[in-house]
Amino acid sequence: MAEVKELVKELSGKYGNKRESLIPILQGIIDRNYYLSKEAMLEVARELDVSAAEIYGTASFYSFLDTEAKGKYKIRVCKSITCDMKGKNSVVATMEGMLKIKVGETTQDERFSLLETNCIGLCDEGPAMLINDECFTKLTPEKVRTILGDYVRNKF
Amino acid sequence: MANNITLTIDGTKVTVDQGQSILDAAKKVDIRIPTLCHHEDLCVAGNCRVCVVEMEGRNNLIPSCATPAEEGMEIITSSPKVRRARKDIMALLVSEHNTQCTTCYRSTNCELQDLAAEYNVDNNMYLSVLKPNGTIDKSSWSVEKDDSKCIRCQRCVRTCAEIQHVNALAVTERGRDMKVSTFMHLPMNEIVCTNCGQCITHCPTGALTERRYYDEIWEAIDDPEKHVVINTAPSVRVALGETLGFKVGERVTGKMVTALKKIGFDSVLDTDFTADLTIIEEANELLVRLKKAFVTKEEVALPMITSCSPGWVKFIEHMYPDHLAHLSTCKSPQQMFGALTKTYYAEKIGVDPSKIVSVAGMPCAAKKFEANRPEMRDSGFQDVDAGLTTRELGHMIKQSGLDFLDLEDSDFDSHMGESTGAAVIFGATGGVMEAALRTAYVVITGRNVPFENLNITPIRGMESIKEATIKFENCVSEYSFLEGVEAKFAIAHGLTNARTIMDQIARGESPYVFIEIMACPGGCIGGGGQPIPTNNEIRLQRIKAIYDEDMGKPIRMSHENPEIKKIYQEFLKEPLGEKSHHLLHTKYRKRKRY
Amino acid sequence: MSNNKLRVVDVIFSPYSVAPYEILKNTLKKDKEQVIKDIIESGLRGRGGAGFPTGMKWKFAAQQKSDIKYVICNADEGEPGTFKDRKLLVEVPRKVISGMAICAYVTGATKGFIYLRREYRYLVPKLKEELALYHENAKLLGLDFTIEIFMGAGAYVCGEETALIESMEGKRGEPRNKPPYPIQVGYLDKPTIVNNVETFASSAMICRIGCAEYKKLGTDDQRGSKLFSVSGDSPKEGVHELELGMTLEAFAEEFGDGDTKAVQVGGVAGFCIPRKKFKTTIIGEGNTTGGSTMIFNSSRSMYHVLHNYLDFYAEESCGQCTPCRVGTQQLLKGIEAVKAGIKKPEYLDQLVKLSDTMRMTSKCGLGQSVTNSFSSIVKNFREEMIY
Repeated sequence: MAEVKELVKELSGKYGNKRESLIPILQGIIDRNYYLSKEAMLEVARELDVSAAEIYGTASFYSFLDTEAKGKYKIRVCKSITCDMKGKNSVVATMEGMLKIKVGETTQDERFSLLETNCIGLCDEGPAMLINDECFTKLTPEKVRTILGDYVRNKF
Repeated sequence: MANNITLTIDGTKVTVDQGQSILDAAKKVDIRIPTLCHHEDLCVAGNCRVCVVEMEGRNNLIPSCATPAEEGMEIITSSPKVRRARKDIMALLVSEHNTQCTTCYRSTNCELQDLAAEYNVDNNMYLSVLKPNGTIDKSSWSVEKDDSKCIRCQRCVRTCAEIQHVNALAVTERGRDMKVSTFMHLPMNEIVCTNCGQCITHCPTGALTERRYYDEIWEAIDDPEKHVVINTAPSVRVALGETLGFKVGERVTGKMVTALKKIGFDSVLDTDFTADLTIIEEANELLVRLKKAFVTKEEVALPMITSCSPGWVKFIEHMYPDHLAHLSTCKSPQQMFGALTKTYYAEKIGVDPSKIVSVAGMPCAAKKFEANRPEMRDSGFQDVDAGLTTRELGHMIKQSGLDFLDLEDSDFDSHMGESTGAAVIFGATGGVMEAALRTAYVVITGRNVPFENLNITPIRGMESIKEATIKFENCVSEYSFLEGVEAKFAIAHGLTNARTIMDQIARGESPYVFIEIMACPGGCIGGGGQPIPTNNEIRLQRIKAIYDEDMGKPIRMSHENPEIKKIYQEFLKEPLGEKSHHLLHTKYRKRKRY
Repeated sequence: MSNNKLRVVDVIFSPYSVAPYEILKNTLKKDKEQVIKDIIESGLRGRGGAGFPTGMKWKFAAQQKSDIKYVICNADEGEPGTFKDRKLLVEVPRKVISGMAICAYVTGATKGFIYLRREYRYLVPKLKEELALYHENAKLLGLDFTIEIFMGAGAYVCGEETALIESMEGKRGEPRNKPPYPIQVGYLDKPTIVNNVETFASSAMICRIGCAEYKKLGTDDQRGSKLFSVSGDSPKEGVHELELGMTLEAFAEEFGDGDTKAVQVGGVAGFCIPRKKFKTTIIGEGNTTGGSTMIFNSSRSMYHVLHNYLDFYAEESCGQCTPCRVGTQQLLKGIEAVKAGIKKPEYLDQLVKLSDTMRMTSKCGLGQSVTNSFSSIVKNFREEMIY
């Protein structure tokens, strides 16, 4: 776990080791390790001298601070009303078929997690989704086949 | 700063200080507003919303606990709008609560139950949103956690954070999944928890309770092969009455002994006996340390800190594992009692120690964990078989059908039943220190402590950290090295205060020679095993009862206890001797801080 | 004055002035109190949803005595159907930043944050460039006010200003008890002014075109122009800047697909207005000012719409207060039970009353506003809830 230790040290060097540094540090860990492992959260607790339960309580509040193992590419499909109206379900179904997982699951090779999320602010261009930080809009089953296909084939 | 503010509540004018809440103001004019998430010991949360009231000029209702009183406010605490809202809120809480009240340990002592009945809440007013498959976490020796009964008031979370600064419990997830839980939902026995049980005494419902052992004790009592011995701590006798119809602060020592005998305990002994013994051992330990520091100039850990409070001991093991040398090696009175019960006492009454079941009646949840520590088997058996809380004893006495109010008084049984006033005051914060000083001062100077009636009043009371300085003059020759020394002492109760003391030690800045620390606010009388509710008013009354009991005792210094003299003569030989070392002292272990 | 007609205007998205931070430069020459007076006079109300008069907020903040004050730009735009802040940050970030800097100037704040929702992280690189440009200019202008970006982590309720502050402090985004308000006790317990992205941009425009000019727009109740996020069954989805004061009828005519059944005004926290009330509803009056307008045509099931909203609420409630945490679940379970015939239709009336209790007793705007969409849908589309 030396690696997590170093990472947390590096992040607290960058953002500080006060309580208000917590969320940037947790985000930094996720950028590198894709989720917050038990070891990582314990390390942050140590670094900030805050109880581990507090760290977990805070992390589990936020949708983007994953406390369970997640893939490198997190696909977040918007499920709010307008995206839903415009065909979110068929988009999700297409990806479920391609990745052979259900919403909420992660592929066995730990590359992809397929998630549904609340409004991502692209309601005028729905259905929309994020793959990590990149956004994709006006999705159709055909379009996601191309987009996700590109990830599956070319992005590791 | 203390500007007076005048407002009107239900037509009555009331004046309060700036910063006080509407709830405080209402209390002042005897208007009761129902509350759930509010607790006198804790910061304001404003979560449950049961205490909402109507304010003139405002459409929405406002939480009286979380709203500061303002000049000219017109408040109505009971109106159709308020009653309707409260009823809705109670119904909502009931809908996420496991309403199997008939089998709940807290039934008839539950704030949710009381209010639900008061507001005539129909269990089916709304659909149940209770999460299925909830299991009760019984992993801890001390604390049981049943999420299905949690109303998410966060009193436990605030207790663990504010009073104890342990933060073992936290709020996790959000929205419909929000709950009170632990780091990664780990079971209670795998987390950093001191087992102090303060979360239990602050829980309004049956979500947090002590792990109960009294069924096993009934079994032992019913088994003719077993010799069942109980010893009861000083704080039990000043609080047990609360569970059995007496008013707060009423001492029930004699009735308690009678009841326990009638229940079928073969012998009812007094933990105070080993409290006195603790004083002898601990005072001698302190003097040895001082001698090493002053005379032989050896490396020795000072200040020395008391070790009677198992919640505190586990706290230091977790939080300050590098400073364990400061802890007195003395076992707590409970564990000394256990070790002696299955050795000295067994010998005295001629019973095979393997047939003895040793029970401790305690104001404490952490004592349950302590009894189960693997190092606590110096008698060759588990020294203490079970620790029962004051509440459990209350239940046993009720179960037995005795009319507690009318019981005759009786005395503790002998061999380990004699005690002094010094032992009694162990129950209150500052008591161990006072008891130790009463004896140590005599040992060092040959005279009694220079306080009227032996009452060292400066170290009594609820102040968070108390200090005292005593100058030793005209010392006896053996302790002439202390001549003229002004020794500083400190007393802390509640682990947040303990942390302040320990941080000072960790920085190398502690000015004290001896410190008393108790995990619970007020000391054992405010322990996690005591009757619910517990608040400052109640703590003060229990403390008063403790000091009254002390004053009523013919002997008030531990070293004058005749049974103590006897056990040294016949069995232990000398303080800190080989037998003492084996049976009465222990070691501590480093534990994880996070 | 507008005649309840729809008028597309071009204030906020108008081109930048000639040199960057020209507005800021000119405003810094003005008397602080005069600037605050102008903002008050303009009638500008917060564009995040709650609609508190912006100038008053700044005035109170300026009165606070403190060694440090903070200005936070609330870019945690999470209301379903709202995306105008994203567009502002993409297209006219300098106006937003200028607004923040002007606010700092008049209130005496020295440190600023843009609290950007995590979902918009792709905006960060460009925003950072913009902030670099701003910091250069601020230096030249001698303004002691720096701005950094704070990334949210995915929680709708953090749009509530005290939850946002808790979140910045590294805690769960749970709204605080008020009072005290952030202008008294905010980020790290210091006076803090939190305003929405559009509010800052509008403030900057008021400083540019002048209060008198700005006031010509809108109605007595709602001054100025406003961005509307239009989505749903509309051929013109997107952000539109409109003068305040138009009727929903005019709006639906312009943006609907000819078959508009209802418009959700103000996001899920707002009201669902059925066609029969289009004529008498003026957008922005008595409803929220967030500017989300979701259009539903006759093919949409309003049960499905409400179900989607309630699911959203049950997930996004912070969970700390009873009415919101349990109430949202009860409303969701309740409409499911009525639809499934487990509960009688009258149960809907009980639920409407419950939602009213939630409005009266919830700790923050989230729980308080659930009743808006709930009761407006249940009352106006009752049949769809049952059959």
